[in-house]
Amino acid sequence: MTGVRAPRIAFVTCLFIAAAACTTLAEAQARRNGVRSPTAPADGVRALQVRPNIYMLSGGGANVTVQIGKHGVLLVDAPSPRLVSEAAALIAALTPAPIRYVINTSATREHIEGNDAIAALGRTGTSQPNAAANVVLLGSAQGMTILSHENVLNRLTHATDVPRGMLPTSEYFEPTKDFSFNGEPVVVYHMANAHSDGDSIVFFRSSDVISTGDVFTPDRYPEIDRARGGSVQGMLAALNAILAMTVPEAFAEGGTKVIPGHGRLCEEIDVAEYRDMVYIVTERIRDSIQKGESLAEVQAARPTRDYDPEYLSQAVTPAMFVEAVYASLVDERLADGN
Amino acid sequence: MQQRFGNRVAAGLIACAGAYAVSAQNVDFSGGWMPLYHEDGPERLPGPELGDYTGLPVNDAARLRADSYDADRISVVTEYQCRQHSADYSMRGLATLRIDSEIDPATQRLIAFHTRIGFQAMERTIWLDGRARPPPEAVHTWQGFSTAVWDGNVLTITTTHLKAYYLRRNGVPATPLRTLTEHWMRHGEFLTVVTIIDDPASLTEPLVRSQSWVLDPGQRMGTTQCEYVTEIPDPGQLVPNHLPGANPWLREFAEHYGLPYEATRGGAETLYPEYRLMMGQPAKPPPEQCEVYCICSTLFDCQREPGTTLLGGRLPGVPAGAPAPAAAPANGALSPPSGAPR
Repeated sequence: MTGVRAPRIAFVTCLFIAAAACTTLAEAQARRNGVRSPTAPADGVRALQVRPNIYMLSGGGANVTVQIGKHGVLLVDAPSPRLVSEAAALIAALTPAPIRYVINTSATREHIEGNDAIAALGRTGTSQPNAAANVVLLGSAQGMTILSHENVLNRLTHATDVPRGMLPTSEYFEPTKDFSFNGEPVVVYHMANAHSDGDSIVFFRSSDVISTGDVFTPDRYPEIDRARGGSVQGMLAALNAILAMTVPEAFAEGGTKVIPGHGRLCEEIDVAEYRDMVYIVTERIRDSIQKGESLAEVQAARPTRDYDPEYLSQAVTPAMFVEAVYASLVDERLADGN
Repeated sequence: MQQRFGNRVAAGLIACAGAYAVSAQNVDFSGGWMPLYHEDGPERLPGPELGDYTGLPVNDAARLRADSYDADRISVVTEYQCRQHSADYSMRGLATLRIDSEIDPATQRLIAFHTRIGFQAMERTIWLDGRARPPPEAVHTWQGFSTAVWDGNVLTITTTHLKAYYLRRNGVPATPLRTLTEHWMRHGEFLTVVTIIDDPASLTEPLVRSQSWVLDPGQRMGTTQCEYVTEIPDPGQLVPNHLPGANPWLREFAEHYGLPYEATRGGAETLYPEYRLMMGQPAKPPPEQCEVYCICSTLFDCQREPGTTLLGGRLPGVPAGAPAPAAAPANGALSPPSGAPR
């Protein structure tokens, strides 16, 4: 290198670095202006492999867990009706086996409204992918079992706007229900009065995967359906139950995988962060109630304001979350005689 | 402010890299590296003080989360006890760094750097083979997913899919929504890493910091294990935190160092030198000489108070209550000025 060339090379290097720095800053600015970040959701249903035999379908509303194997396909929650054909095509690409089980984690419409369309796949004959019409029937006239907690079946049965095809075909009323499917123990736990009074989480014991439904939704505040028996106390109990079941591989990551009702695939520490948020907001609202503040006053104080940038969503606004927590705590005080 | 900030970062990088530009197209970062603590030593070694958000362009939300933070949380909530540092924090940590190159045997091209930091087995892969980023719904990890490109002799790394962590060890949050950009620059036996964190949920502008390392041939790195310990019964029923407005410790930092309280609260408006003209006067003057964390060239000589090391021992020949001795130089001129208040 000559004495003349060295400064030129240094100058060109500087230009590269300046360009890189400005590009990075421009990207950062774009993200703040609402341009999709590298981790922002894309459109369409996508299948994410969680374990060799378990996938998470996402992108079309609620997440759907897919377990595949020699006995068929088990789904935790049904895809949205408008996305059933797309989801079925994704599943058919994974396995030719029929869909034989759907476990509904709650009565929330976006978790159950695809039941009928999924079952319809089974009525089209065994020559079709995922068809189960002529396979062994599991207590269902549809060739497929749709399982939920009995509170889900009761609520949907009494609802006037729920087609019969959406109804579960099997229910359980004990704290747990277990069975083996695809050679794996599948344990369904009832999470009482959390998102609702009919919540189930599903533990795939060999695969070490938990599918939580809406008791854990890391992309939004919890939806506590007070009209269907949900409460923040039950929500915290459910999150603590999930934490008790999860085991990280090392250094607080890896190990048990947690498929949430909405949002990204998670692990124990992600559930802990979420539980902490719910706990801290609840304690703030409890303190406000003890000071005699009304719901309107508590909402005006915005006790979630430090978490809003991370959890804000149209589905569950901060005001909705605060109202549900407030009502849960008022009920608690009434039950305690205060 | 944004444009001015961008100009400053670009100018700083140009000055830094231009001074050390070399003719090679790419740089080999492989080898063992020892961290240097001449930058932000008190924050990185003994740890930051409660309520110190200086230098952080935090938004109101992040400030309140930090105010609500109770350090008991990382012991009572057992899930936190064995965490690694996340990739954006680990480069500021206490441990040694090893970088290995991965060469494609078929083409002999560099396809990845693998890093390992000697605390909690922090291992990261930085891909240079142009592979696609995982989908947004993929699991997030402490080290995230890193890809890199060469900008001349500078390796520019982009990392996403990071788990929630902290920007500073006193509870200032780093959310899973953030993106980390790094610029690695090697100057002979020194490695400079500029980290730029963009967190739309915590920051109003990118957080730019730099860290330096010195080549450490022959470095040996041990293994790490961690097992959590339950410290109170039924820990799931308690998440230590302070209610808004109820944290009694937030003013300690400002009062001790003689700073206006507002100046310690962080935010983009407090980052730049002109803020000194408008930040007002402290409630009490700063101490005349260094009283805490006076020497921090390593963790083991860092003094909590004159003559007493951070780890509880006594420095030889220094009686209790004696003024802080002159700072021992670490790597020549890299030490902070003797006795300088931090």
